[in-house]
This record gives sequence, structure tokens and C-alpha cells, in this order.
Amino acid sequence: MAIVIGILFMCATYLMLSKSILRIIIGTGLLSHGSHLLILTMGGLKGGSVPLLSDEAASYVDPLPQALILTAIVISFGVTSFLLVLAYRTYQELGTDDMEEMRGTETNE
Amino acid sequence: MPVLWPLFTGILLIFFAKKIKLQRGISLFSSLIGILISFYLVNTVHNQGILTLGVGSWDAPFGIAIVADMLSSLLVLTTNIIGFAILLYSFYSIGEERERHYYYPIIQFLLIGVNGAFLTGDLFNLFVFFEVMLMASYVLLVLGGTKIQLRESLKYIIVNVLSSSFFVIMVAYLYSVLGTLNMADISQRITEVNQPGIISVIAIGFLIVFGLKGAIFPLFQWLPGSYYAPPIPVMALFGALLTKVGIYSIFRTYTLMFYHDQDFTHTFLAILAILTIIIGVIGAIAYWDVKKIIIYNIIIAVGVILFGISVMNEQALSGSILYIIHDMLIKAALFLLVGIMIKISGSDDLRDMGGLIKQYPAVAWTFFIAAISLAGIPPFSGFAGKLLILQGAAEKGAYLGMAVVLISSLMVLYSVMKIFMNGFWGTPKADYALTNGKVNKMLVPAVLLVIISVLFGVGTESVYPYITQAVDSLMNPEIYNKAVLKE
Repeated sequence: MAIVIGILFMCATYLMLSKSILRIIIGTGLLSHGSHLLILTMGGLKGGSVPLLSDEAASYVDPLPQALILTAIVISFGVTSFLLVLAYRTYQELGTDDMEEMRGTETNE
Repeated sequence: MPVLWPLFTGILLIFFAKKIKLQRGISLFSSLIGILISFYLVNTVHNQGILTLGVGSWDAPFGIAIVADMLSSLLVLTTNIIGFAILLYSFYSIGEERERHYYYPIIQFLLIGVNGAFLTGDLFNLFVFFEVMLMASYVLLVLGGTKIQLRESLKYIIVNVLSSSFFVIMVAYLYSVLGTLNMADISQRITEVNQPGIISVIAIGFLIVFGLKGAIFPLFQWLPGSYYAPPIPVMALFGALLTKVGIYSIFRTYTLMFYHDQDFTHTFLAILAILTIIIGVIGAIAYWDVKKIIIYNIIIAVGVILFGISVMNEQALSGSILYIIHDMLIKAALFLLVGIMIKISGSDDLRDMGGLIKQYPAVAWTFFIAAISLAGIPPFSGFAGKLLILQGAAEKGAYLGMAVVLISSLMVLYSVMKIFMNGFWGTPKADYALTNGKVNKMLVPAVLLVIISVLFGVGTESVYPYITQAVDSLMNPEIYNKAVLKE
């Protein structure tokens, strides 16, 4: 699991260092997937029954990381979709998807 | 309550998106109520000590706790006052196009995020409120869709998405080490294990997260660009509130949780704070653009406040609290005033202005008062905060930091006086008498903020009991912990 997370972070970093907006957005998506998996791993991957109170099961899975991940997924989903729309609008307005050309120095306004 | 009220208003406002007059009325009324509620909150906290509320009737540390101690309630009060002033200013300057596109509801949502972040007692909940606030700020930044706005907000969002991921990662690590997310509970457990190295690492990680939001060195690069883009009221709102939420979080985490290994974490914070001040000073002096000068002044203030936190004794902390409140008020006022200057002269370059004082003496003198209280000249509000920070630093023997803070306040004075001298004195470059009536209306909220901050400065003596109470719970985390965990 840790290795998977590492690979995800690696890809995310690589993608975010590139110039094209779309790659950067995919990078942020991967990064958030990585961090969600990280929460899951950090919560401890133990066996156990569903975290509903009943008499049969001896141990339960910790429900909190799952709740956290659910929240985080929803948020990152919203942000990513907003980002995609924004990137599209920016492309329409500025006619480029290259971050190098969006520097906003005084010569380039 | 301060969280739910703007939520309610925001939702109500969405239904009336096309009726601008109605929207203005409702949002003004609601922010007035917001101020009253937060006054009540400050008062109750003052009389009864820290208030807590377990959301969904789950007691801390299991449920999400909403905690109002003195620091948070004072900041909530300031936030609401600023929100009110900026709404008032927006009526005359934001333009109908934006008003029709959900400008007022979004402001309410931003206020939810900020108030929530101040009041929450749960680390993950803090993240959620951060996101609420950021989401609203993205929309405010983009609203209008000019080229510069689109370009800058893209960068702003990417930076913030990155820092949010970091936040989640750090929360995950902390959870794996301590097994809890309630701030008070975290604080207790760290005390039990006496902060081993891994917690210090996490502390630095959190510093990165909040530093990205609060624009400390070396994570501030996004700020000058993206704050420059949106229209003035939005800029004032961001400048006064958003960075302060980051600073507040550093306040909380560094005084409540990570205070055992001060040699490492707080020294690190002090170095960064000093560098932040230096960078801010360089920026503030170098630019001729009025907006840029004030933006860099935000960075200086961030540095000063963080330096106070890093010193971490009673004087310095109360200085920091005084200064953060002062800074929120005065920065909002300055942004609004600068906005009026730009409106009058039609340019944001100081070299194109001059002689405004002849036609707009009121604007000029308000700016003058705001400027000198920003620099911290007694008896205005910046003075007491800085004095206490310096006293605390002297006690601790952090003379380098003291020197930097002192020099920086001279430089701040220079940078704002540059605006005053070039903008208001000298010969008029053009005839500015175009928009007189409107300017007076726009001036009202700025004057309001300046008056509040002057009262705050002159009446520091009477505010001081509140500040001491806030510092008490910061210096002695046990008070906070007891109130939250009800032991």
C-alpha cells in the first residue's frame, strides 16, 4: 500500500511540474488520491467487521479514516471539477494552456 | 451560530439572485445581525469562559467540537465587522454584473468558512472549513472573468489544492501517531508522549500547510499576483481575512499542540518570520503601484505576528493578538482607501497621481490616520501590539528579531508615506472632480473601519482584559483542554 502511495505521489509531482494545465490538473487529482489512500493506510489496515455495533464481531474497523476520506473525496471532486472548468475558460480567453506563457510579468499583461 | 447565520443568509440570497436591491438589503441586515451575535459571543466567553458545542451531541473527543475561546471569538467579531464594511463598500463599486452573479451569497459563504475555521476545535473540521473558505474565494477571484483574473486564479487554485493535499496528508500522519483529531485531545496526548521527533516533523508539515495559506517566506509567491487581480472589495476581503486564517491556525497549533520542543519548532518559525518581514519590506519599498505596496504590507504584518508567536511568552502573544486584530481592521481600511484613490485617478501607479488632497481632503486624512496606525505610531492601534511583541522578544533575548521588527516598522512608514506624499500631495496631474458624490459614499465604510481601529488603539486599556483572557488559554493549554474535554 505504501508503495502504491509513493508511486502516486511521484507521478503527481512529475505531472505538476509540467507546463500544460491539463497535466497539472491530473497531477493534483493523483495527489489527492494518494493522500486519501494515505489516510486509509495510516488508520491501520486491520481486519475486523463493519463498524456497526453488534454482539457477534470481536473487533471493528476504525470508522473514522473512512469518514475522513469520504469528506476529502467530495471536496477534491468539487475542486477538481471547478479547476477543469476554469482551465477551459482560461484556454478560451487567453488562447494558451502553457503555464510559461501565463507568467503575468509586466511585459506580458 | 456565527457559522450558521451566514449559511442561512447565503442560501436565502441565492434565491434572489436577480434582485440586486433585495440582495443588498438582506446581506447588510444579516451582517449587522452577525456583528451582534459575535458581540454576544465575546461577552459570553468573557463571563463564562470557553464555550464548547459537540456537533450532533457527540461529546469531544469523539464528535466534532465547536470551541469558542477568547481568541476565536474576538477574531470572529473582527471578521464580521470587516464583512459588514466591505459589503457597504461593494454596493458602490463592485458593479451590477457581478452583483447579479451571486456576489453577495459567495461573500456569505466566505464568511462561513472564515468563522468556522476560527471556531472549530477539530483538526479535520478545520480542513473542511478551509475548503469552504477557499471554494468561495476561488469563485470571488474568478467572478468577472477578465484575463488577468483567470490567469492568476488558476495559479492560486493550484497552489491551494496542493496545500490542501498536504493538509490531508499531515492529518493522516498525526492520526496514525496519536489516534485522535480533536485538538484538545491531540494536545493532551502529545503532552503524554512528550513530543518525540515525529511530532516535530508533523509540526513543520503543518507549518508548510498554514504557511501556504498565510503567505510566509518562502511560500508567499502566489500572493502578490493573485491578490492583485480581483476588484478592490474582494481584494480587501482576501487581504484582511484569508491570510489571517492561516496565521490563526499557526497560533492554534503552535500554542496548543506543538509547544514542547520549542527550541526546534519555534526557532524555525522565528527565522521564517524574520525572513518574511524582510521580503515584505523589500517588496513594499520597491513598487510604485499602490495595490502592490499594500499587498506587500500584508506580508510584513504576517511576519510580525508570527514573530510574536515564535517568541511564545505572555507579552509577545498578547501583542500578536492585538496586532492581528489591528491588522485585519487597518488592512481592510487601507485597501478600501487605495481603491478610492484608484477610482479617482483612474490609475494604480503612484507616478500618475498627485494632489488628491485638494479635492478630496477627507480621503487624504483618513488615509493618513490609517497609514500611521499601520506603522504603529502611538496612540494608534498598531503601537500597543508591536510594543508588546518587542517587550516579549526582549525578555527572551531575541534581539535580532527585535531589530528587524523595529526597522520594518520604519520601512512600513516609508512605504505608506510614499503613497501619501506622491498620491495626495504635489500638483494635481488631472482634474479629478468627476465622481464626488460616489466617493463620499465609498468613503463611509473605510472611515468606519479607521474609527474602529483608532478606538481600538486608544482604548487598548479597556480591551486588554479580553486579550489577557485569550492569552491565558493560549499559554496554558490545560484550560482549553479541560473546557473541551470536560474533565
